[in-house]
Amino acid sequence: MAAGVATWLPFARAAAVGWLPLAKKTMPKPPVDNSSRSDEILYLNVSGVRFQTWKNTLDRYPDTLLGSSEKEFFFNEDTEEYFFDRDHEMFRHILNFYRTGKLHYPRHECIQAFDEELAFYGIVPEIIGDCCMEEYRDRKKENQERLAEDTEANESMDAPLPPDSTPRERLWRAFENPHTSTMALVFYYVTGFFIAVSVIANVVETVPCRPPEGRVKDLPCGEKYQLAFFCMDTACVLIFTFEYLMRLFAAPSRCKFMRSVMSVIDVVAIMPYYIGLVMPENEDVSGAFVTLRVFRVFRIFKFSRHSQGLRILGYTLKSCASELGFLLFSLTMAIIIFATVMFYAEKGTKGSTFTSIPASFWYTIVTMTTLGYGDMVPNTIAGKIFGSICSLSGVLVIALPVPVIVSNFSRIYHQNQRADKRRAQQKVRLARIRMAKKGTTNAFLQYKEDRGLRGRDSDSTALCVKNRSAFEHQHHHLLHCLEKTTNHEFTDEMTYSELCMTESVGFRTSRSTSLSSQQGAQNNPTGCCPRRARRRAAMRLANSTASVSRGSVQELDTLHIKTTSIPPQTRSSLNAQADNLKLNCGEQDFTAAIISIPTPPANTPDESLPPSPAPIPGILRNTRATAFTHETVKISSL
Amino acid sequence: MSVRWETEGLQTVGIVCLVIMFLKLMHLLGLIDITETDDSSDSDLELSTVRHQPEGLDQLQAQTKFTRKELQSLYRGFKNECPSGLVDEETFKSIYSQFFPQGDATTYAHFLFNAFDMDRNGSIRFEDFVIGLSVLLRGSVTEKLNWAFNLYDINKDGYITKEEMLAIMKSIYDMMGRYTYPCVRDEAPSEHVDKFFQKMDRNRDGVVTIEEFIETCQKDENIMNSMQLFENVI
Repeated sequence: MAAGVATWLPFARAAAVGWLPLAKKTMPKPPVDNSSRSDEILYLNVSGVRFQTWKNTLDRYPDTLLGSSEKEFFFNEDTEEYFFDRDHEMFRHILNFYRTGKLHYPRHECIQAFDEELAFYGIVPEIIGDCCMEEYRDRKKENQERLAEDTEANESMDAPLPPDSTPRERLWRAFENPHTSTMALVFYYVTGFFIAVSVIANVVETVPCRPPEGRVKDLPCGEKYQLAFFCMDTACVLIFTFEYLMRLFAAPSRCKFMRSVMSVIDVVAIMPYYIGLVMPENEDVSGAFVTLRVFRVFRIFKFSRHSQGLRILGYTLKSCASELGFLLFSLTMAIIIFATVMFYAEKGTKGSTFTSIPASFWYTIVTMTTLGYGDMVPNTIAGKIFGSICSLSGVLVIALPVPVIVSNFSRIYHQNQRADKRRAQQKVRLARIRMAKKGTTNAFLQYKEDRGLRGRDSDSTALCVKNRSAFEHQHHHLLHCLEKTTNHEFTDEMTYSELCMTESVGFRTSRSTSLSSQQGAQNNPTGCCPRRARRRAAMRLANSTASVSRGSVQELDTLHIKTTSIPPQTRSSLNAQADNLKLNCGEQDFTAAIISIPTPPANTPDESLPPSPAPIPGILRNTRATAFTHETVKISSL
Repeated sequence: MSVRWETEGLQTVGIVCLVIMFLKLMHLLGLIDITETDDSSDSDLELSTVRHQPEGLDQLQAQTKFTRKELQSLYRGFKNECPSGLVDEETFKSIYSQFFPQGDATTYAHFLFNAFDMDRNGSIRFEDFVIGLSVLLRGSVTEKLNWAFNLYDINKDGYITKEEMLAIMKSIYDMMGRYTYPCVRDEAPSEHVDKFFQKMDRNRDGVVTIEEFIETCQKDENIMNSMQLFENVI
């Protein structure tokens, strides 16, 4: 019910006293209204700007945020007001809606921002008053079209292929997007070249060439070099047929492909050749054969796959179909009228070229389009008068629908330009997103190192620990928990490629550690997941590299080892050596040692420690193992 | 001669017209689709999204173990993300994926969504959200284990089978992404599942029931210790 009606309800109820004398039965009991009668002023604080309104005003629309108990979630007990962290300028319009019952759309606001505010306050956009509804709808439709283009460009073909695509899918992508692979690009240009060759051959075929010996008349080149042209035509048609069949094979939905325009053009381009092959060379059907030759010119439309401008033109014409239809219709009407008039005006003249009304059609068209060939000219005065009226009206009739077509073309052209611009921006955006993701990963790896540093050497750690927000700390803790769950660690791309190289080749280590690690490597025939035996190698590695790396390029090796018994002294030795290391907080270069992570060194072993079965109870107990952890031991060796 | 050419010319024109009309007819019949791009028709504005109001603050206070202020702050955050008051699965997946940039969190987000969406209507309301959080953060150990069991039991039939566990495990490993050390092998999830079943399935009947689950978890010191892990999340 509208807002204003509520105010009149008490009046209507009071007027019901008039029914009392007439009532057949006793009146029902009135509803008891326990809520406090007195109206109170509510204070609404919208990002600092205080609004005040009666409670009743807000209660008018109980299915919105302000009218229901939902606003209690935003009540601030200390200041006794409702605090909303939203835009106060748009809140003005929202509050006016409660007061007047009409929602207005501020024209200078962004449509999406306004929509979001409405969604937040639980107001349905359909309530917008008539004065602003049209503008709102137009802007909304424009925005939706833009969003649709965006999503279209998003799921576009520049995205990298899923790794497990069948050859058929890859073929289709190569056809649809030639610049994804060099083969596709080559094929694209080859087909373009052959289309051009075919069209040019069609054209040159008719040019008169010097006649061969024994003839006088000039011969069209097509007949003189008939074999050559036939071979060229055959080659082109073969390529087109091959291309069409490939596209048909690769198309994800063959029915849909066969029904598309490009496919029809392809078929129309190659059919005449095959029909010509099949048809016998006799006089009766040669007329139809001539027609078929005409169809060969349709091959030029195959260029629309190669040229976007052609596609835009075609789309424009299609979208202006109604205007074009109107143009055609009005022209036809005018032609018929003027042709009739001219015919009867010139009928009497001797030797007049206006032999019939259809013959006058030609004159009318030529005059109305202001061509004026002059092959048919009126001689009588009446004819001349009507002729001039014809030419004047022709200019008008043709000029009318043209602006509509032009504006359509301009709109479509700009849309395409926007799409191109967006595709270019998309690449930048994707690159930025990738960088952001890498940044998160690096931050997380940094966090892991810093966690190890904590409790080590507080002075140096203070230098290194970057100022990280509480959010980042918690996020990193979450990622850490995931690592513990799966017993795998996050690394970045470089390390990963390193690891996978070393995994396949075996473990090559640098410097003096080769022997020890090779021993370890030989014991592990499978994968890069280290096994029990390598732990010993790692310890030796640790001891040796620690001495080597002091003060020089620092390598960091981190090993994950499944539950094992670990000689306790290793850990203490590790600890001792870890202390001696100079802390380096920046990125480090790493060598292809067993495992290196390009982050600051010294990840202490008290990270993930084995629960129950580990024979090193006291030292290696982890208080923070998550519920799903495996028994793992992570030892960093330096 | 000219007559012959004229008739041939007329024939050509006639055949061209015929072909065009044939194409138009096919388009009309829907056999060929001449429209290449979809013209956005002038459809009415789509109906505004369904809106949901949460229960009153007092009721929620009674149902959960949060204080009034906590509920208020939770609601403010929730409302900011989803002004309509409902979270659908796609939004949930995109929000959850942002926390795991390296891997693919959509499958796990799907399972998580089903665990939160208690009435299985395809969207999470604020009440579901807050009740779930209350169990996870302020609930007793048994309640938390119950919730975890509910998460693993994909079809909510009261038994965790190996297939369900494998699906969950795979989705967790998916979240790690490609760049991990050590490289995630294809058998890693199933090995993990086997270990899990070895631990949990007491009577070796191939499924884990809620009692077996709770019993085993309560006996595991590690799990019990880490149950308090996320207490101060809010």
